[in-house]
Amino acid sequence: MIDPDVLRIETDLVVAALYQRYGLDFRQYSRASLERRLLGLVEKLHLQHVTDLIPRLLHEPGFVDRMVNGIAVNVTEPFRDPECFSAIRQHVFPVLRTYPYFKIWHAGCASGEEVYSMAILLKEAGLLDRAQIYATDINTDALARARDGIYPVESIARGEKNYLAAGGTGRLADYTLQQYGSARFDSSLRENMVFSQHNVVSDEVFGEMVLVMCRNVLIYFERELQNRVIDLFQRSLVHRGFIALGAKESLQHITGGAAFECLDRPARLYRAI
Amino acid sequence: MRYDAIAIGGSHGSFDVLLRTFGEFSGIELPPIFVAIHIPRGSAPDFVTHFNTRCGCRMLEVEDKQVPMNNSIYLAPGGYHALIERDRSLSLSSDGPVNHAQPSIDVLLESAALAYGNRLLAVLLTGASSDGAAGMERVHALGGTTIVQDPKTAKAPVMPQAAIDRFQPDYLVVPEMLAGTIISLAGETQE
Ligand SMILES: C[S@@+](CC[C@H](N)C(=O)[O-])C[C@H]1O[C@@H](n2cnc3c(N)ncnc32)[C@H](O)[C@@H]1O
Repeated sequence: MIDPDVLRIETDLVVAALYQRYGLDFRQYSRASLERRLLGLVEKLHLQHVTDLIPRLLHEPGFVDRMVNGIAVNVTEPFRDPECFSAIRQHVFPVLRTYPYFKIWHAGCASGEEVYSMAILLKEAGLLDRAQIYATDINTDALARARDGIYPVESIARGEKNYLAAGGTGRLADYTLQQYGSARFDSSLRENMVFSQHNVVSDEVFGEMVLVMCRNVLIYFERELQNRVIDLFQRSLVHRGFIALGAKESLQHITGGAAFECLDRPARLYRAI
Repeated sequence: MRYDAIAIGGSHGSFDVLLRTFGEFSGIELPPIFVAIHIPRGSAPDFVTHFNTRCGCRMLEVEDKQVPMNNSIYLAPGGYHALIERDRSLSLSSDGPVNHAQPSIDVLLESAALAYGNRLLAVLLTGASSDGAAGMERVHALGGTTIVQDPKTAKAPVMPQAAIDRFQPDYLVVPEMLAGTIISLAGETQE
């Protein structure tokens, strides 16, 4: 049976190995969820202890990617939390219209459904041509799926309702090519997208964004790390830029939070003052 | 107090049991109570309002990084898992369903067991899945006290039965006795 103190020590050791060997910094991730993920990984790999991950991590080429992809939770869906998208249409799109060219950053985009959702709304508003969309994550598997833009047909079907709730005007399926149970988003949506690996904990500013969308990522971080990441976003924004967070995240208790006004509380949409 | 927290899980049929139970807590000093029941995404505010009006209790929706207080009930929101950190603050995650459920009772109980050990009182009610059984077993193994609803009185016996199949709970109770059992174990009369 699990010993809570031993598990805590084992988790610390794995986190130290990731950091010291690969510079991957999970030290300020919320522990309860991290412990769960590590225990899940141990079970999946038929290991006995959490520390059994360490020799593989240190000696087995490529194992670190598997591990990160196992730790970094990447559950997402098209038009997740549609009120966020409709708030963006309402508050951000009019501002985007004033730019001849603008940049949007999806930090922690996971498998990319959120990115295609945004591209569709931009297209419907006639704004997609002027957009450069950066989609980043640390999870390389998820990022590869985002780049492909291929999803199960059922996932698209489930997204129809949220797409309409977000203010979509057509059918989500019409933006895809469906074959053998998979749906591939139209390549015209992808033209202005750039996918790359980026770690919000340790990598640098992505400049001149009008909107940073980072949803359901901060929830995995301890408060101090949240403060730092918001600071990174703040430095990545243009004057009066926007930040969109997940439904259970907010800038309320964040150190730099006072530099933002809240435009729509349920949608967690903020704007730099 | 003998316990630092109470964690309760349930699914199909548990709403009525909880209404009746929380209604009997007024005037009693209790540690924080965490509740994971299988509610749909976005529905927590309605449940909170309903419980508070019907039971006169102080229920709140779990918020990420919240510090729990005595005499308060924390409801895990639909579409998220609620977890207890080692420093005993609350946290949320959206890892996808566990046992087809989000919030999952196992996720709540397993983390609560690690955080509270033998200072945890855990309750598993009626429900149509086996979510919660593994969590209850961990609570039991780490020295916490376990109460399971008597499957014979459950609208859906699968959940309590799954727990009983894994270990022997400390108390097997009928819904009418639940509030009394919790109060006698973990409650103190308020000054
Ligand atoms: C739950 S998903 C959220 C996906 C999407 N934004 C949504 O809200 O549906 C969280 C994502 O954050 C990514 N992530 C975790 N830590 C990260 C970090 N330090 N830098 C960048 N991305 C990270 C994970 O790999 C995962 O894909």
